[in-house]
Amino acid sequence: MKVRINIALKKAVLDTQGKAIENSLVKNLGYSQIGNVRQGKFVDFEINETDENKINNIVDSVCDKLLVNKIIEDYSFEIIKN
Amino acid sequence: MKSAVITFPGSNCDRDALDALNKVSNKVQKIWHTETNLDNDLDLIIIPGGFSFGDYLRSGAMASISPVMNEVKRLSQKGVRILGICNGFQILTECNLLPGVLLRNEKIKFICRQLYLRVENTNTDFTNKYKNRQIIKIPIAHMDGNYFAPNDVIKMIEDSNMVAFRYVDESGNVANESNPNGSILNIAGVYNKNKNVLGMMPHPERAIDINTGSNDGSLLFESLKVLF
Repeated sequence: MKVRINIALKKAVLDTQGKAIENSLVKNLGYSQIGNVRQGKFVDFEINETDENKINNIVDSVCDKLLVNKIIEDYSFEIIKN
Repeated sequence: MKSAVITFPGSNCDRDALDALNKVSNKVQKIWHTETNLDNDLDLIIIPGGFSFGDYLRSGAMASISPVMNEVKRLSQKGVRILGICNGFQILTECNLLPGVLLRNEKIKFICRQLYLRVENTNTDFTNKYKNRQIIKIPIAHMDGNYFAPNDVIKMIEDSNMVAFRYVDESGNVANESNPNGSILNIAGVYNKNKNVLGMMPHPERAIDINTGSNDGSLLFESLKVLF
């Protein structure tokens, strides 16, 4: 199985990189209809496990221990079947 | 005083920290991050600046789970003084020895320059040689120094006198103009509740020789020296 974890800053946290991207899109490229740009990141991995409950627990655990700083970040994930 | 400096892959201020300690400490150890056993009789541990693990994922995140950090946590609970400078501050917040987190600088620029700090609490092992609210000149050099914490945590930090330093102007005023990176309430350094752990973005170890622009950092190391 494959897992993709999407990590982004919480809405209440100023996303300076998203803001800079937004300025470039709106001011430099002229896409005035675009707003509220947020930049995040994803982490992909393969996992030798088929039980979805177990995968959920492992993903929550690695996010808690390393991948996500819960003071400033939220995450979601999807399990991709081979 | 017996002290140690931890080196991670990507640390680059460990030699400066060793130089600063060699002036005040008669036993200084250089420790690699895979070490799983630190001496119980250490008085001070420095987590130095740099770009541990390339700042990948988040600054300080991967260093915070290096094997040696279990020992740093254990000794911190016994009251050993821990000083995290710059990347070391980021590591200490990532492993929850200090509250809050260091976000990307507000203006998304790496900032490297001298600036002024106000010493907010001189009742600690790290600052007892400074005068109350003394203004000191110390350099910063960072990309992720924008201190952030939720409102309830900021209230706890203020109520418990955990703010160590604030960014100020030359006259000691806390102002937006004197805030280099967007940190909440101009916070440049914080203690834990017990005041035996200090994290700070500015580099006191780079301000111990007047020939490099300032020696205002020396008193921090002198403060620690008088304890032992």
